[in-house]
Amino acid sequence: MKNLLKLTIALAFVFGTYTSCNNSKSSVSNSGGLASNVAEKVYVAPGEHDSHYAFISGGYSGNLTVYGLPSGRMFKEIPVFSQFPTSGYGYSEETKPMLNTSHGFIPWGDSHHPDISQTNGEIDGRFIFINENNTPRIAKIDLKTFETTEIIEVPNSAGNHSSSFVTENTEYVVAGTRFSVPVPQRDMPIREYKGNFQGALSFISVEPEHGHMDIKFQVLMPGFNYDLAHPGRGASHGWFFFSTYNTEEASTLLEVNASQNDKDFIAAINWKKIEEYVNNGGGKMMPANYAHNVYDESTHTATSTMIKEVRVVNPSEVPGAVYLLPTPKSPHGCDVNPTGEYIVGNGKLSANLTVHSFTKMLDAIKNEKFAGDAYGIPILNFEDVLAGVVEQAGLGPLHTEFDDKGNAYTTFFISSEVVKWKVGTWEVLDRQPTFYSVGHLTIPGGNSGKPQGKYMFVMNKITKDRYLPTGPELEHSAQLYDISGDKMELLLDFPTHGEPHYAAAMEADLIKERSQKFYSLEDNKHAHAAKSEADVKVVRNGNEVHVYMTLIRSHFSPDNIEGIRVGDKVYFHITNLEQDFDVPHGFAIIGQNTSELLIMPGQTKTSVWEPKQVGVWPFYCTDFCSALHQEMQGYVRVSPANANMPLKWSLGEDIE
Amino acid sequence: MKKSNIIMLLAAILPLGLFLFPLWKITLEAPQYPTPLGMYIHINDFSDANPHDIKNINLMNHYVGMKYIPEAIPEFKIFPMGIIITSVIGLLIAFKGNYKWFLGWFILMIVLSAAGMYDFYLWEHDYGHNLDPKAIMKFTNPDGTQMGFQPPLFGSKDILNFRAHSYPQLGALFLALGIAAGFVAYLIGRKNHKKSLAM
Repeated sequence: MKNLLKLTIALAFVFGTYTSCNNSKSSVSNSGGLASNVAEKVYVAPGEHDSHYAFISGGYSGNLTVYGLPSGRMFKEIPVFSQFPTSGYGYSEETKPMLNTSHGFIPWGDSHHPDISQTNGEIDGRFIFINENNTPRIAKIDLKTFETTEIIEVPNSAGNHSSSFVTENTEYVVAGTRFSVPVPQRDMPIREYKGNFQGALSFISVEPEHGHMDIKFQVLMPGFNYDLAHPGRGASHGWFFFSTYNTEEASTLLEVNASQNDKDFIAAINWKKIEEYVNNGGGKMMPANYAHNVYDESTHTATSTMIKEVRVVNPSEVPGAVYLLPTPKSPHGCDVNPTGEYIVGNGKLSANLTVHSFTKMLDAIKNEKFAGDAYGIPILNFEDVLAGVVEQAGLGPLHTEFDDKGNAYTTFFISSEVVKWKVGTWEVLDRQPTFYSVGHLTIPGGNSGKPQGKYMFVMNKITKDRYLPTGPELEHSAQLYDISGDKMELLLDFPTHGEPHYAAAMEADLIKERSQKFYSLEDNKHAHAAKSEADVKVVRNGNEVHVYMTLIRSHFSPDNIEGIRVGDKVYFHITNLEQDFDVPHGFAIIGQNTSELLIMPGQTKTSVWEPKQVGVWPFYCTDFCSALHQEMQGYVRVSPANANMPLKWSLGEDIE
Repeated sequence: MKKSNIIMLLAAILPLGLFLFPLWKITLEAPQYPTPLGMYIHINDFSDANPHDIKNINLMNHYVGMKYIPEAIPEFKIFPMGIIITSVIGLLIAFKGNYKWFLGWFILMIVLSAAGMYDFYLWEHDYGHNLDPKAIMKFTNPDGTQMGFQPPLFGSKDILNFRAHSYPQLGALFLALGIAAGFVAYLIGRKNHKKSLAM
């Protein structure tokens, strides 16, 4: 008993020293001259602009958030895969088609890995692509308007996770499946997974001018899980690399059954070779059903088209196009350095990082030094392709990014830290704690041949005590580091929205210069636009009533409408006549079963209202648009279903 | 051709610059307009300094009951005619006339320009004071009279939350140079005339 007491005291002492040590460590970094220096590095004076944009995925929010660096201020949430009542995205008649899929209308998504378009291996700030993991889709956001302008569904895929990474001239945005499934889908026993399920890796071509997406081909791979991917660049341009796990092909209790093989693979795909094969008529068209949704900025309207076939390619049809590189311990991130020579496999159950050499891979292929094959795909020898190992760098490596000085930065989930190491010598140079359990990290320009150095930020999975508590559910934390010196310096801790996975970031100038201020009313080609107050009207077509309405400070036209009946379906087609920067107007009407509309200058949006009760019902502007905003309102008179009330509308005079 | 006549020729041509460049510019600054609103006044047109500025000026001004800036005013027909006619007269006298005619042209131009400025002032005064009696916001001066929103004829002035600037532009400079050149042509012509008399 006495011994036990001693032991307890001793343990308490040890813990005490440990925690107090931790405390003193953090107090050092938070006080004195250094602290004010750090504050200056993230201080962006009122009215000044940040130097970088960061586009952080919203994870289960389905959206994409826009931040400034180094301030960590959030500027916007861009609705992508989820309905967004703030603007009416996914609620307005114009944007409902954006969320159409082969499974019908899907109000929600799980957004993961944003990636900015590139020209000649440098990010160009024109478009940003992001994948939806749950109901596989890829979205394109136009960085001129910061609006989602296109979404394409990915057939034969499930858990669209090794996505959406672009090649160095944005030839393709690539989407790989995390879960393998029967291709085509069919009714079959789950236990017959092995050898029967397949993993589709989709190469979606991007038309250079408008960025329109089209699935060029899908490579049907063995039934592994394809976790993450990155394109080759420079010398390795034309190749794409995918990490895999569950090469055991288990279909149950994966946490055990998919962790048995000492090594899984990084799959190297020579897409240029397959592209050539496909351009010569190779592959086969298979029946499919997937949605392609395009938002037209001149009609302000989206259309959804169902596509009925997709071109698939079996790796065995194209010899020399696909190889498997053994990589230890269920690799998660699959990252390629800026020169394109090194491919990092972040073996998440390992303490080491495996780095493959592209040159060595080509040599091994040339000399046909194969260790065997998987479903006809050659497996290379681990030793033949290995460039080096970063030994004992930390626990649970997940993702690696690169700076412009030949260094790499890897996040370690289990040991909750970010580690800087030297590409080529594989020595660890520095390590910094993260708070807590870090997932992805981002360096501006990270997935390109030209990283933009200076900053790096990590996105954590666990927040705990970092901010004032907000009950059981917390936003996730992110930390910003200055990486311009030899050692990483923690600058800022800021909360993010949803559950960020990856993020893309870049210097602000290119995007800032192109950012649009408002839509031209003159160019508005919406089918139901009223482009001046002279064009307003109310038209009945059976039970449907179409109201062509305009907005300008500070009134609706018309603002008095009579002749609506219970049971009518009233379409409010509302055009904002303003032509000035940052003068949106909103529209809300009592009993609206959808959401409000927030309408930008020059834009037309439509809300459907189905009045269920007789009465006189007000509508109003939801955006504090002007000094007379509170006066910006109107009334709709709703008569009984069998009433004979004719349609009448007016502004500024009594209805006769 | 005599030196004075060449200068007179120049004087007659210079005001035609008004057809190329704006005469005047009115600029409205306010904190919520990081890019100020602005309107150019040409000899025959109003135009936006930045796209849609006039529309946005009208939107602002309707709160205090000011009329919309008209698409066209009679002056847009009269002023160009005036400039063309005086230029033609100027050209004729540059070729045919002597220095006394130059002085006459100079005085004519001064009188017409002054009339033009006065007309501009009257329009501005009407624009700033002839307010809609149903104006959304009515402001009064400390003495109880109705507040006007007339932009300055020349210079800068605070109008409610705006700071208004009103300054001549390149076209006005061409006109001024033309008028001045007319006077110079007169002076040189007179000097030469006296010289020739002395000889």
